[in-house]
Amino acid sequence: MEIGLFQYLFVSGILFCLGLFTILTRKNAIMVLMGLELILNSANINFLAFAKYSGMNFEGHIATLFVIILAAAEVAVALAIFLNIYQNYKHVNVDEISDLKD
Amino acid sequence: MDWMKIAFFGFALIVIISAGGIAFSRKMMYSAFSLLFTFFGVAGLYVLLNADFIAVTQIMVYIGGILILIIFGIMLTSKFTDLQIKSGTTGIVQITFATITTLVGAIFLIVTYFNTEWYQQPLVSVTTTVEPIGMLLMTKYFLAFQIAAILLLIAFIGAAKIARRK
Repeated sequence: MEIGLFQYLFVSGILFCLGLFTILTRKNAIMVLMGLELILNSANINFLAFAKYSGMNFEGHIATLFVIILAAAEVAVALAIFLNIYQNYKHVNVDEISDLKD
Repeated sequence: MDWMKIAFFGFALIVIISAGGIAFSRKMMYSAFSLLFTFFGVAGLYVLLNADFIAVTQIMVYIGGILILIIFGIMLTSKFTDLQIKSGTTGIVQITFATITTLVGAIFLIVTYFNTEWYQQPLVSVTTTVEPIGMLLMTKYFLAFQIAAILLLIAFIGAAKIARRK
């Protein structure tokens, strides 16, 4: 079997689905964040795989760089929000934080 | 079997097994350490895709920054005495729904990936990746690059402001 585009897409598809499963089944907000990181990484693998197999198009590399920058900003802001939630509720379970619903 | 294939299957196995460890492990610290191996495996896949600069960026930003932040987040948001910090799961109905969704999604993605005729070009040999990336960042994507820098600054100042104890 030759290593081609499909093999990389396969790995990234599996990674995407594991991240989706983590997001859908965990209560703790930080686990949801980890699932999000998995999904972003699978998107990055797709970008770089298409970049390589379309004749080394460097636009995919640029897109990956911006995704990494946005992931760093997102994690910092999200953890700051989780720390505030923990000070108010003493837990970070996303399904029990429903004050606005009541 | 040449070395590229062995390296690809090794990195792919590391990525998938440790991502499964994140998705199915009960203890959150184990999930965090599985995330470390996932990031390393993904960086290895980047190297195999001729993206050495992105691989180094991945290791520096994800492992040196994001993973440390996540581990700090786990330790700061739980009453813990040892490594046994558990993450509860949602109810059985939600887990069944999530499993069905994930399996259908995986099958759909893989069938789509396999059956689509992707636009492909013959492989070109690459000598350096840093120079074209730098040229693109300083010409075509200059505005986006600067805005990303300002966004990072604003996000970090805002995060420090929000997280501060009143």
